[in-house]
Amino acid sequence: MQNEFTGPRGPKPRSIFRLSNLIVYGTILLLAIYYLAPLYVMLVTSMKSMAEVRLSNVFALPIKVTFDPWFKAWSSACTGLKCEGLMGGFLNSLFITVPSVIVSIAVASVNGYALANWPYRGANIFFTILIFGAFVPYQLMLYPIVIILRELGVFGDLAGLVIVHSIFGMPILTLIFRNYFSSLPAELFKAARIDGAGFWGIFFKVMIPMSSPILVVAIILQVTGIWNDFLFGIVYTRPEAYPMTVQLNNIVNSTYGEKEYNVNMAATIITGLVPLTIYFISGKLFVRGIAAGAVKG
Amino acid sequence: MESVSIKNLDLKFGSVEVLKNLNLDVHQGEFIVLLGSSGCGKSTLLNCIAGLLDVSDGQIFINGNNVTWQEPSRRGIGMVFQSYALYPQMSVAGNLSFGLRNAGVAKAEIRKKVARAAEILQIEALLNRKPSELSGGQRQRVAIGRALVRDVDVFLFDEPLSNLDAKLRTELRVEIKRLHQQLKNTMIYVTHDQIEAMTLADRIAIMREGKIMQLASPTEIYGKPVNKYVADFIGSPAMNFLAGRIENGAFHFGGGVISLDKYDFAEGMAGDREAWIGIRPEHVIVAEGLSKADLTVKVRADIVEPMGADTLLWCVMDGQSFRIRLDGQFVIKEGDMIDVGFSSNAVSLFDKFSEILL
Amino acid sequence: MSASKRPNFLFQNLASKIASIPMILTATVIFVGCTLWTVAYSFTSSRLLPRWRWVGLDQYERLWNTDRWMISINNLLLYGTLMMIFSLALGFFLAALLDQKIRGENVFRTIFLYPYALSFVVTGLTWQWLLNPDFGIQKLVRDMGWTTFEFAPLTNNEWAIYGVLLAGLWQGSGLVMVLMLAGLRGIDQDVWKAARVDGIPNWKIYLYIVLPMMRPIFVTAVVLVATGIIKIFDLIVAQTDGGPGLSTEVPAKYVYDMMFSSQNLGQGFAASTTMLLVVLVIIIPWSFYEFAGRHNAK
Repeated sequence: MQNEFTGPRGPKPRSIFRLSNLIVYGTILLLAIYYLAPLYVMLVTSMKSMAEVRLSNVFALPIKVTFDPWFKAWSSACTGLKCEGLMGGFLNSLFITVPSVIVSIAVASVNGYALANWPYRGANIFFTILIFGAFVPYQLMLYPIVIILRELGVFGDLAGLVIVHSIFGMPILTLIFRNYFSSLPAELFKAARIDGAGFWGIFFKVMIPMSSPILVVAIILQVTGIWNDFLFGIVYTRPEAYPMTVQLNNIVNSTYGEKEYNVNMAATIITGLVPLTIYFISGKLFVRGIAAGAVKG
Repeated sequence: MESVSIKNLDLKFGSVEVLKNLNLDVHQGEFIVLLGSSGCGKSTLLNCIAGLLDVSDGQIFINGNNVTWQEPSRRGIGMVFQSYALYPQMSVAGNLSFGLRNAGVAKAEIRKKVARAAEILQIEALLNRKPSELSGGQRQRVAIGRALVRDVDVFLFDEPLSNLDAKLRTELRVEIKRLHQQLKNTMIYVTHDQIEAMTLADRIAIMREGKIMQLASPTEIYGKPVNKYVADFIGSPAMNFLAGRIENGAFHFGGGVISLDKYDFAEGMAGDREAWIGIRPEHVIVAEGLSKADLTVKVRADIVEPMGADTLLWCVMDGQSFRIRLDGQFVIKEGDMIDVGFSSNAVSLFDKFSEILL
Repeated sequence: MSASKRPNFLFQNLASKIASIPMILTATVIFVGCTLWTVAYSFTSSRLLPRWRWVGLDQYERLWNTDRWMISINNLLLYGTLMMIFSLALGFFLAALLDQKIRGENVFRTIFLYPYALSFVVTGLTWQWLLNPDFGIQKLVRDMGWTTFEFAPLTNNEWAIYGVLLAGLWQGSGLVMVLMLAGLRGIDQDVWKAARVDGIPNWKIYLYIVLPMMRPIFVTAVVLVATGIIKIFDLIVAQTDGGPGLSTEVPAKYVYDMMFSSQNLGQGFAASTTMLLVVLVIIIPWSFYEFAGRHNAK
C-alpha cells in the first residue's frame, strides 16, 4: 500500500563512514599523533634500561619494564658534581609555588575588586600601565629587580621569588578578577553597601564566597605558570634553592659523564607531572582560564 | 517636615547630564512612583537618594538631615532591587540579618526582628533555605524583608517586579500596597510600568531626560497631563493625536470641526493657535452617546482586535492611524462603517510647538 | 539642617586606594620605573655593576656589530614568521576540525592542548630527545629500511631553528586552537543556518563569512603569539642551548648571557631596550586598533 505522502520519511540515515567524515577523522587522528607521540616516547624511554635504549627505536615498547630510571631521576641523578636527583628541586618548587600562588592571588583579587567596585580617580591609568606592562619583555626588568630585591634584603630568598611571581602574575590575574567582579550583579554590591558592609566586609563576606569559579581558574593558571617558570628561578634564586625546571635542565644538559637518556626522560616526565595532573583534572576550567586570560572582556 | 527632600540635584557622568536641577519633596508616609522610559534618569535618581551614586551638585535631605555625603547604610533607607540581589551563599535568615550584623546589633534583637519581618511577609518557613532554592516571588519577598528588618523610614524600590511573570507581578503589587498600608513608611518606587504606577502611587513623578515633567496624583496625570509627552506616555492603548488649528473657540482639522465650548482651558491658554488635539481611545463615543458629541465622523473599521473585556478598533482619521476602544460586547467586523463622536470635555489640547497643555 | 561637608577626594574610597598600593607600585616602580632604568643604563658603559658613565649610543653600535646579536635577530625573525603563520594556521585548522560536531571532541581538545600545560624546559628536552640522530626519529626510519634517511635538524646549523619550531608549534598551537574554537562557537548559529539554506558550501562559509567575523580573535591570537615569540628563552636553553654554533641563539638569551654570565651589563641593557622597541612596533598599532575599535562600537 502506498501512503498518501510518498518519498523519504523518518530520520535521515547517517553513517560515520561517509567520505567527508573519513577525511575529518583521519586528519584529526594524524594530528593527534603529532601531539601524543612525544609523551609516548618519553614514557617508553623512561621505562627501558640504557642497554635497551641503545638497541631499540624510540617508539618501541620496553621489552623489560624497569622503574630504575625513575628512582634514579628522583634521588640520585647528577647535576654537575652533585648527585641528588630531582627531589630537592621538587621540594624547592613546592616551597616556591605554594606561597607564590597564595600571595599573588590574594593581592590580585583585592586589586581586581578595588578596580571593579571601588574605582577612584586614576585607577584606570594604573590598570592600563599594568596591562601594557605585561607586554614588556621581562629582560628589561630583570636587573633592576635584582637591585630592588637586594636593597630589600630578600635577593636569593624565597620571599624575593614570591614577590617576583606576584609582580609578574599581577596583570593577568588582576584582569581576570576585575572582569569577574564586574560581571557579578552590581545590585548585589549596592545591597551590601546599604546593609552597611564596607570595603573589606563586602570583599570577604559577599564577593569571595561567590568567587570559587574564578579562584579555581586563577589557581590553575598560577600553579602551572609558577611551576613551569625557569627564568625567574635561575635569576632570583641561589643554586641550592633552584626550582625543579632549572634542576631538570642542569641534569639533562649536564656535560659530565655518559648521557643516561632513560633517566633524563624520567626526570622530564616527573617535572611535567604536576602541571599535567592539574591539566587533566581541571579540563574545561583550564581552558576557561586560558580563554579568560587571553580574550579580554 | 518632608520625609525626603531633593534640592537642585545635578548629576553628570563626564559631560553627560543625567539629572538636571531636579527638585522633589516626598511627604511622610507617601508612596511616590518615579515613572519613565529607560534612560530618563529615574533609577539614577533613586541611586542618588540611596547614596550609591555621588551627586555632582545639590542636596538630599532625609527626615530633615542633610545626607548628601552620608554613607548609604546610615541614611535610614532600605532598598529592594530588580534582580533581588540576595547574597547567594547566605540563608534567607542570613540575608535578612546581614545589615543588622554589620551594625553590631545584639543577637537576641536580630532574632526578634528577623522573626517579625518573616511573619509580615509570610516567609517563616523559608528562613533556613538558600536563595537558589526559592521561587522568584519568594526571593522578592526576602529582598523586601531585608529592607523591613532594618526599621528604616524610607523604602526604595528599583523596578522590583520587572523580573517576575505577569501573574506574580499582580500578586506582589497588591502585597506591596498592603505593606504600605500596614507600615505607613515613605516609599519611593521606580518603574517603567504605568499600571504599577497608577495602582500603587499616591503621586506619580513622570520623568524624562533627567527632569520631572509632572508630579501629581494618578487621576490628575491621566486626566490633565501637562504636555503631549505625558499624555502619550500614560494610558494604554496610547492617546490619539491629530494636528489642527484652534480658531474662534473651535478646533479645525482634516476630519471636521469640534466646538470647544465645554473644554476647560488653562488660565490664559485660550486663543487661536496651531494645536494638537489628544483623544483617548476609551473616550471616543459610539452608539447611544452620539447625540451629545461635538463632532461625529463616519469611519471604516480596518482592524478589529477583540481582547475580551474590550475590543480595540483601528481606523483611519484625517489620514492618521486612529485607535478606538469599544466595549467587548460591541458587535463589529472588519470593513464595517461606524459613526464615532468626540466630546470637547473629554479631549486634551496641546500647543503645536511647545506641546504644553492648553 | 546644615549642609554636610563634601569629603576630600583624596580620602574618597580610601580603603580601595590602600588596597591598590601593590598594583600602583607594580605599575609605576616595576613596569615603568625598572623599564626606564634599564633604558637609561643602556647608554652607559656598565660592565659587572651598573655605573652611571654615559657613553651615548656606544653599546648599541657594538650590539649591531656583534655577529651573535645579528644572528639572534635573524633567527628570531625566521622563527617568529614561521611560528606566527603555522601556529595561526594550525590552530585555526584544528579548531575548524573540532567544530565539525565530531565524536570525542573533548578527548581531542585535551590532546591538542596538553603540551601547553608543560614547561618550555620539558618541551625542549622532549624534542631534543625525539630529534636525537642516534636514537630518535632518524634512527626509527633508518631501522625500517630506509638507511640513508636524514632527519636530524638539531645537529645541523641550517636546520636547527626548524627543530625548535617543531617544538614551539607542538606546545603553542593548542592555545591558538582554544581561542579560535571559542571564536567559532561565539558565531551566531543563525549565520550557519542561513548559509545552509542558501546552499553555500562549508569551505566557502569558513573563508568568506567566518574568518572575517573572527578578526578580533585573530588579533588577540597574533598579539599573544607575538609576545610569546619575543620572550622565547627557556625552550632554546633546554633544547639546543643556542647551538649548534650560534644557529639557534635568540635575543632574550643574548640579554641573559650578557647580564648574568658575561658581566657586560651595558650590552644586556642595550639589547633588552632593542627588544622593547620591537614590542612597541607590535603593540602600538594593536592598541590603536583596540582603541579605535571600541570607539567605532559606541
